[in-house]
Amino acid sequence: MNAPTKGSHGDALKWVGRAIRRLEDPALVTGQGHFTADLAATHWVRFVRSPNAAGTIGNIKAPDGALVITAADLKAVKKITPMLHKFEYKAVGQPILAEDVVRFVGEAVAAVVASSEEEAEDIADLVELNIDASMPLVDSRDALANGAPQIHIEAPGNVIVKGTVKTPGFDGVWASAAKVVKIDARSHRQNATPMEARAAHAAYDRTNGRVTLTCTTQMPHLMRTAIADLLGMRESDLRVIAPDVGGGFGQKMSLCSEYVLLVWLARKLKSTVAWTEDRRENLIASFHSRDQYVTLEGAFDKDAKLLALRADVVSNVGAYSCFPTTCGVEPLMAMAEMPGPYDVRHYQCLARGVLTNTCTMAAYRGVSRPIITFTIERLMDKAAKAFALDPVDIRRRNLIDKFPYTSATGLVYDEATYKETLDMAVHEIGVPAFRARQKEARARGRYLGIGFATFSERTGYGSPAFAARGMAITPGWETVHVSVDPSGYVEARIGSSPHGQGLRTTLAQIIADELGIPPDLIKVIHGDTDTAPYGWGTFASRSLVISGGATLIAARKVRAKLVKIASHMLEAAENDIVLEGGHAKVAGTDRTVSIASMAREIYTQAHRFKGELEPGLNESGTYDPPGTFSNACHVAIVDLDPDTGFVKVERYLVAEDAGRIINPMIADGQVHGGVAQGIGNALLEEIVYDGDGGILTANLADYMPPTAHEMPNIELHHIETPSTQSITKAKGLGEGGTIGAPAAVLNAINDALTPFNVEIDIIPATPQRIRAVLREAEQAKKKIA
Amino acid sequence: MKPAPFVRHVPRTLQQALAMLSQLAGQDGRILAGGQSLVPIMAFRLAKPAHLIDINEIAGLDRLDSDGTALTIGARVRHAAFHGPAVDNPLAALLSYVARHIAHYPIRMRGTFCGSLAHADPASEWCLTAATLGATMIAKSQRGEREIAAADFFEGIMSTALAEDELLAEVRLPLLAADAKFGFNEFSRRAGDFAMASSLVTYRVADGKISEARIGVGGAESSPRRIEEAESALNGQPPGDPAFRAAALAASDAVDPLEDHQTNAEYRRDLVRAVVRRALEHSLT
Ligand SMILES: Cc1cc2nc3c(=O)[nH]c(=O)nc-3n(C[C@H](O)[C@H](O)[C@H](O)COP(=O)(O)OP(=O)(O)OC[C@H]3O[C@@H](n4cnc5c(N)ncnc54)[C@H](O)[C@@H]3O)c2cc1C
Repeated sequence: MNAPTKGSHGDALKWVGRAIRRLEDPALVTGQGHFTADLAATHWVRFVRSPNAAGTIGNIKAPDGALVITAADLKAVKKITPMLHKFEYKAVGQPILAEDVVRFVGEAVAAVVASSEEEAEDIADLVELNIDASMPLVDSRDALANGAPQIHIEAPGNVIVKGTVKTPGFDGVWASAAKVVKIDARSHRQNATPMEARAAHAAYDRTNGRVTLTCTTQMPHLMRTAIADLLGMRESDLRVIAPDVGGGFGQKMSLCSEYVLLVWLARKLKSTVAWTEDRRENLIASFHSRDQYVTLEGAFDKDAKLLALRADVVSNVGAYSCFPTTCGVEPLMAMAEMPGPYDVRHYQCLARGVLTNTCTMAAYRGVSRPIITFTIERLMDKAAKAFALDPVDIRRRNLIDKFPYTSATGLVYDEATYKETLDMAVHEIGVPAFRARQKEARARGRYLGIGFATFSERTGYGSPAFAARGMAITPGWETVHVSVDPSGYVEARIGSSPHGQGLRTTLAQIIADELGIPPDLIKVIHGDTDTAPYGWGTFASRSLVISGGATLIAARKVRAKLVKIASHMLEAAENDIVLEGGHAKVAGTDRTVSIASMAREIYTQAHRFKGELEPGLNESGTYDPPGTFSNACHVAIVDLDPDTGFVKVERYLVAEDAGRIINPMIADGQVHGGVAQGIGNALLEEIVYDGDGGILTANLADYMPPTAHEMPNIELHHIETPSTQSITKAKGLGEGGTIGAPAAVLNAINDALTPFNVEIDIIPATPQRIRAVLREAEQAKKKIA
Repeated sequence: MKPAPFVRHVPRTLQQALAMLSQLAGQDGRILAGGQSLVPIMAFRLAKPAHLIDINEIAGLDRLDSDGTALTIGARVRHAAFHGPAVDNPLAALLSYVARHIAHYPIRMRGTFCGSLAHADPASEWCLTAATLGATMIAKSQRGEREIAAADFFEGIMSTALAEDELLAEVRLPLLAADAKFGFNEFSRRAGDFAMASSLVTYRVADGKISEARIGVGGAESSPRRIEEAESALNGQPPGDPAFRAAALAASDAVDPLEDHQTNAEYRRDLVRAVVRRALEHSLT
């Protein structure tokens, strides 16, 4: 590890702000990671999944002698029933294995238990499911139609959650508008596609009756709480471990019924039981997301200033509601955050979550924001066209530039740089040079386009923000224990549960600066409910802000105690003590004592501190912040082939502001990965159902995440506006890449389509869809000619 | 995604292989060549062969040589064998250019030319090559040996004229004339994916006019084939944009398009038109 250099914050040698290498990587890149599927087990499970999207379950015939579990065996297990106390939410229950009826293709109906994965799959092939199939509802609009069959009796009309908002005086303002611009946007369904699909391993301990569930999850503590509740066991009888986790992107923050079954089985068999999901199961039966119709209208005054927004959001939430967020997570986020980075005082919205016979929806990186950003950013480009303004100009007229800013939905935006990042992006991309190149290319029959996306990213919000949703389970705070052992090594035990984000490194950097020791002497421990403090895990761009804040609080307490110990041992005033290079020093003298000696002293010679200091060096910090907004401007340049509809992203630029950057390399990595997913969402990835509710994209040849070939180089530019709402001054940035990319790419595609006078407002904008709008243009031209 | 149980047999000679095939074909026995199509299908349990006859140890099936009129490609020759020049003839450049469009590098190191033909995926580049150039298939079984012309070999999606006890032992690809021109183009949404449409063209130019045009289209119909309407639009014309466009349009009108969730009939025709024109344009570079 390199020695620290003068940090960007002036005061001293600093680790924060430096692109040190990730402490987690040596193990991962040398194949020494520990993943759930690496564990040996006595029993293996294979789920028999419904081939029908809707229907009544008749008898289930298992081969003789096989151990096959069905709903009939699980009468004592509660259904997964997440709850919101607001927004007309209807509580619906999900049985661990389908009971009486099936509600989507891929729903687990039976679980085969055998001595190997192969054998379990062989037996599963022989299990006969007799399902009396009925017509499914696949599209949310069909589920909303009058007289549509009801998927759960608790939710009439198939609406499970409904949010409405209308600001006072809305109608008058609307009527006063000079122009109203409208977009009908469609976002098709996607799967988060973590590299590691789901996996779980439950081991029963005969000595004490405890079960250890090792599973690939983003929230180990909540898994413990939820599963113990459902099975009626004490939480202390369940230990949940998230070992190395190969990506989650939200798909692994929800409770899966499969994990509940594994714990139940381990207790029943008093043995070890494992399940490793395959990719096909992951694509059809793990969580989906982003299946929305959004209609958005903007009312502008004569100067193209946005006066009011009116939105209708229909989110297809699938067959059940996800725990803990509930399926309100998409529609309600769309409602709360639709205005994005724009100053607009009047707002009306109807946002509904609609049940269908499809796989259950759960959060996926960015949740609704990739869709609402795409929608409002397209709206802005349409408005620019209507006012004959440049897309950059109309944004400048409307972006928020006074802080703190309270939005029409009551969100408080802290200081950010919406205009500055836009200006930076415009400057760096070189708009005039691009426009010249675009013109020249068109003359040769090539169609280039440029698209901008400006957005705000609400990050690091604690329990008050979640409480506003009326959640029965209200996440938000985080606790961190920082301890120095008697040999002077530092451990931080955290409730967050990183799974690729590099938090072991960034939190170590924060502690290193407080204690004056290098980060590689600091071990960050997470992902085990027996050793980590209760916490909410890692999701919603929260961990660096919230766990980082808790880490700083705890580390400061440790620092304060070290100063006291040093003052005692060096017989100097506390004010004269500095911590540096693993030592406490008396400023201006050569008197020093190492942290290791101090630690040993406070443990093994505690009597010397005469009751002034408690023995040991263990401190705890808890942090529950209000939330802080990151922001960015993305720019995409695309090359659109009008003959095939193919879009190549030629250039991609991000100007972003996530407050103080703890580790620039890790921050850039988050943006790179996010943009890759966002480009996939914009162009390639789509779960396609047929009319019978079967999935046509159940492998990675048909469901298409982008590969390295499809990715442009991503150019990054930073502004650092230290957050006033976060004690580390850092803001979250885990989702921004994904949030901005669909909007930037779609605006670029539509810019390229300008000469044809057609538009496309669908993601993914597949070649077939682009050709369809171009064909319209060709036919219109033929008619005229 | 674990295959159903099967037994793997590893014959050392062609004779042994043919004997096993004749014995096991009726009991769900299949040839295993590179395994790049068969193994994934088995993992999905779309195929559950009870016996696999692995031909990878058989000497002699790796021949890749020319007798001056045709290039003979044995059943063990991998896609990667064509990365470099396989024969001293313009055909080598064609095969090398086409090979680079098949899947990804690791797959090309295992998958075989003959396996692609036997598998008969409508989008296979080698099936398109065999159909366009008029390959001859050499099928062997315990009953004997027979030759099958490319035009008679492909019978539909993943279906060929091979009987279940026949091994596709060799394929003969006719060499190209020294002055022959070729062009190839395919469309896929991601690099390395199966083509949603592809075209291979060859022709000669005499007195400034195109002759002996062959225009093959793959990935658009249940089997790749030559499109006569497009060839006649090209023959007798000078190479260039007007003739290329006419041939491309003729091809897109002539095909009976396959449809799937990302490609309806109209779109498939659009793609055929684009790939044929681009293959023809490529022939000029
Ligand atoms: C991710 C991925 C992408 C791919 N992309 C492409 C692509 O873009 N284009 C493309 O063309 N291919 C592609 N492939 C398929 C690949 O080229 C295969 O190698 C090829 O289709 C089959 O050759 P094989 O030797 O692997 O045959 P195998 O998989 O071993 O066998 C395929 C079938 O042919 C039979 N068979 C094989 N050899 C013979 C023989 N000599 N005689 C009789 N029957 C035989 C087998 O019994 C089996 O039914 C892709 C594969 C993968 C995994």
